[in-house]
Formats: sequence, C-alpha cells, structure tokens
Amino acid sequence: MARKITYQQAINEALDQEMARDASVIIMGEDNAGGAGAPGEEDAWGGVLGVTKGLFHKYPGRVLDTPISESGYVGAAVGAACNGLRPVAELMFVDFIGVCFDQIYNQAAKFRYMFGGKAQTPVVIRAMYGAGFRAAAQHSQCLYNMFTHIPGLKVVVPSNPYDAKGLLIQSIRDNDPVIFLEHKVLYTMEGDVPEESYTVPFGEANVVREGDDVTIVAFGRMVNQALLAAAALQKQGIHCEVIDPRTTSPLDEDTILESVEKTGRLVVVDESTPRCSMASDIAGLVAQKAFGALKAPIEPVTAPHVPVPFSDALEDLYVPSPAAVEAAVIRVKEYR
Amino acid sequence: MTTTLNRESLLKAYRSMRTIREFEERVHTDFATGEIPGFVHLYAGEEASATGVCMHLTGTDYIASTHRGHGHCIAKGVDPVGMMAEIWGKATGTCKGKGGSMHIADLSVGMLGANGIVGGGGPLICGTALAAKIRGTKDVGVCFFGDGASNQGTIFEAMNLAAVWKLPAIFVAENNGYAEATSSKYSVPCENIADRAPAFGMPGVIVDGFDFFAVHQAAGEAIKRAREGGGPTLLEVKLSRYYGHFEGDQQTYRAPGEVQRLRETKDCLLQFRRRVTADGEITNEQLDAIDREVKTLIDDSVVRAKADPKPAAAELLTDVYVSY
Repeated sequence: MARKITYQQAINEALDQEMARDASVIIMGEDNAGGAGAPGEEDAWGGVLGVTKGLFHKYPGRVLDTPISESGYVGAAVGAACNGLRPVAELMFVDFIGVCFDQIYNQAAKFRYMFGGKAQTPVVIRAMYGAGFRAAAQHSQCLYNMFTHIPGLKVVVPSNPYDAKGLLIQSIRDNDPVIFLEHKVLYTMEGDVPEESYTVPFGEANVVREGDDVTIVAFGRMVNQALLAAAALQKQGIHCEVIDPRTTSPLDEDTILESVEKTGRLVVVDESTPRCSMASDIAGLVAQKAFGALKAPIEPVTAPHVPVPFSDALEDLYVPSPAAVEAAVIRVKEYR
Repeated sequence: MTTTLNRESLLKAYRSMRTIREFEERVHTDFATGEIPGFVHLYAGEEASATGVCMHLTGTDYIASTHRGHGHCIAKGVDPVGMMAEIWGKATGTCKGKGGSMHIADLSVGMLGANGIVGGGGPLICGTALAAKIRGTKDVGVCFFGDGASNQGTIFEAMNLAAVWKLPAIFVAENNGYAEATSSKYSVPCENIADRAPAFGMPGVIVDGFDFFAVHQAAGEAIKRAREGGGPTLLEVKLSRYYGHFEGDQQTYRAPGEVQRLRETKDCLLQFRRRVTADGEITNEQLDAIDREVKTLIDDSVVRAKADPKPAAAELLTDVYVSY
C-alpha cells in the first residue's frame, strides 16, 4: 500500500527490507551508525544526514562504522562482494571519490572482464551528490558522468522517492557494481511509495510527462526542474515530454530517440558541468541516431564550466533553473 | 630450526617453488624472442615467500597479489597451463586472454588477482576477510605487496582497517629491495617495513625470504592467529628478484654481480635442497625427478600456448557485465 514518505525514508526502507530479506547484505560507511567507540549513543547519527538511522540495532554486526578511510573501506566492500556478501558502502559525498576511485574503476569495474567473466562483484556504492546546500566546491558535485564513462559500472540517479526505493533494491540485488547517487536536495522530497518491496529495472526510462512539442531529458534533481518548466510552458501552449532515464548506465536510448522522432526538438537538463557530460552524451546520441528528425539545434542546459561556488548568490546561478529550462525550450520551439 | 613438515609436504613445497622458477625462467627466455606481448614482471628468486605462505592456505582462503603475481598464482593453485596461455594472450588462458600477466585471477581457488595497481590489493583483502568474519568461517585473507606498495596509502588504510575491525588478514610485504628502479633504502625511511606494524597495533615480523622454512613458520603463526580471531599481522619477507622490474629492464641500478651472488649463495631452492637432503629423508633423486616433471609441464604449457587460438573477435564485447 502506498503512502507518502520522503526520498530519505525510501532509501532507509530499501536498505531495511533488503537486509531483512538477505543476510549477505551489509552496510558500511563513515558514521553509518555513528558513535562507534564513543561513550554516548551507538546509533547516534545513522549517517551524516540520518539516512541509515535505526538499522544498527536492527541488524547487529551488519552496519559497520568505518574509519575516515574511503580507499580502505570502499575496497573492502569490493573484496567482500567477491567473497559472497552484498555490501552497500556509503561514500558520504560523491566528491570524496577522488581518494578511492581506484578501488571502483580499476578494481570493481574491471574484475569481470579482466578475469574472463569468472568474477562477479555485487557491490553498491551509495553517495550523496549535487548542489544546493551551500556546501561549496568539494561537497556539491554531480560526477555521474564520470562513472557512466567506465565500462563495468552501472549508474543510478533516482529523481523521486518511488524510484529511490525501487532502484536501490534493484541495485542491491544486481550482480554488477552499482553507483547509486542520491541528490541531497531531494532527501526531503515526499512521494507515494508502496510499503512492500519492489524493484525498478535499470535501463528503463520513465516518461514523466507526455507532450508533442519538445523533448526534455533530465537527470536526478533536474527532472523536477524540468517538470516545473514544463508546467509553466503548458500555460503558453508548449507541450513538453519529460524523460527521466533513471539510470545513466545502462541508458534507455530507445525511449529518448522515439520521443525525439515525435517532437523533433530536444533539451537536455544536466546539473553537472557541460564538458563530457550527460548533456553532451545525449546530444551526441540524438545527433547520431535521430539526426533526420531534428527540427532545431539540441539545447543543453547545464551548470557552467566552473567549480560549485559557495555563496548562495552564486550557487543559485550555478544550478540549472526552471527558468533556464523554459528559455531553452522556447529557443528550440521557435527555431526556424 | 626444525620443521614439522612431513615428507609429502616437503615435496609439495619443493614442487611449488620449482614450478614457479621453471615457469618464470621460461617466460624470461620466451619474452626475449619478442613473442610474448605486453608487460611481464617475474617472480624468480622470491619463490619461498609465495610457497611458504600459501602452504598454509585452503581453497576458500583468499590472496590478493601484485603485478609480480605469477608465483602467488602457482602457489595458490592456479593451473600453470592456463596461466601460460593467458600470458600468451590465448583464448584458453585463465582469463580467456582478457587479463594477461598482470591480471591473472582464479576465484575458484581463492586467487583474487594479480593487480596492475601497486597497493590495490590491500583494501580488497580486508573485504574477503570481512566476509569470512561476518559469515563465521575460519578463512583468512592474505595481501601480498612489495616494498613499493608499502608506501601506498591503500596499504596503510588497509592495515588500519584490518586492525580496527580485527580482521583475519595477513599483510605480506615482499621487500625485494627495489620499487622499480628505486631502492627501498631510499623509499622506506625506517629500517624495516615491519617496523610500521606497531603503529597499527598489530604484530610485525621480519623473516628471511630465501629460507622457505623461516617463511613457512612465521606465516603459519600469523595465519593461525588470524584464524583464531587474533587479528592481522604484518609479515615482512626480505628477499630479492632475479630479474628486472619488468622484462627488458637492464637493471643498471643494481650492483655488479648482485644477482649472481644471491643465486649462488642464498637461492631458496638450493637452500631447501641442501637442507632436506642432509638428513636423508628426501633424496636428490626425488627432487631431480620433480625437476624433470616440472620442466615437462612447463615445456608442454608453452607448446600448447603457442598452438592455442587467440580469442574470437566476439569476445571483445563479452564479460563486461553479468547483465546489462
């Protein structure tokens, strides 16, 4: 039965239900419980923002606090996955990937291929990403495009509570390494989420809104920006189709291409910086495979090619806004 | 030092070391002809370390290896015939020709892979050890790494994590004196790598890596402690490699005659033979017979590797994901 819970609660519930279902699922990360070895409470934090709260006492020995040692514990999660567990390791902020990327892209991602198909590494790396918290340059990046570039990884960017739960359960059950990215601004977003366990398959885009005039492909939090823009544009008589790919790897190319074949116009909304981004990736895909359908140049709406700034005056300019999406849609709609 | 090894185990140890030596000498010879593709890093000279440690391990214990991984593979039970085919880039190789020398792995015997990234194995072996601990098995994880990797953050993080979680992990620092061309006397500022162990709250043990029996005993104690819940150990094995960092390395950074002197005075196979034949329990003839059998095995592996097919073109795109 569906009821309204937050994106954060949906993630907690997915972890809870999978840990209850499968004893090989463990979680680890910095302060995933919080308070290890300290004189006070043992489950003091439940993750820096409380996402894993309550699991420590429910699953004794399976919620591990780690030293601040990302290479060490992310690599340990990878190794444990090779030896029969299904670990979910939390990288508190995706920006910290810089100190442990080797264990993901040179180790986990490549094992199956390098070892001739004789290994499987069912590990999930959860990480918080995105701008909007005034968290500045080292705690606000997107980086899903970097992971998408790596063969062997699957990359998940849920845009709402329903998808967050279903995609996380799918991630845990999946037999390949998965990067599961949680937008920090979305943690408080509420939505209908069934109480029972369910999965949302990878590589199946969600057509969040149907329309005939312009296709908008958006990722993660940007799906919601796109929906705001589409609602405003509707009042001007422009009907947008909003597509949420839900996973960047694998990518549901067909849904995007079919939509562009129908509309002939494409806007891609991507919170990451523009070079080698999902925006450029989708633009390249459509230019290659739906060139004949295009009636206007493809419009990417992205952050600028700068680090994420601190001051709210600047950060608000950095993040693609519904107004920027609207403007892009109008440009492609009016192109002659 | 007396040994508790029975005759069968002694012969097994000799066969393991001899197989590694023969394999590496043969790869060295064949690489010089230009027929073997890519980079290879040979383990010859270090056999007592891999064998002395792996003699204590079962098929469900894991090891993580290094770019210099052939010896660890053989000692852990990976089939040398498949390994040779892998090094030759053939479809019949351990990894279907997709890994090569630096990525030979066989999880079915607990070999988590040679590793092209120096220090890459430390965190991974914490993971296999963690899985063993959580599942309540008595399995251990052994991370082999070199003096070069001893300075990598991943190794420090792994030793710290293993101590914090009291994991059944053993860190075997194979100090062969050179990280590529840089001496460990330069890159390791303390006297011994094992001196770092107390900083992580674990025992640090130093052992002569030319002496199989010394390695075997020290590793046995560390592995026993790990199996019994006593946590990790850092075992520094001091040894030498007989060849360069990679094949083709002219080794001008080494002292003239250095390797020849070691081969003549300290070689692990010579020392082993001298010792086990001294009391008459094992004869030179028995060991010579093993030498011949191993030579036949390795010769045959090369004949087969040369004749075997390369991977089919369709293999380029397979084995990336379990499902996609």
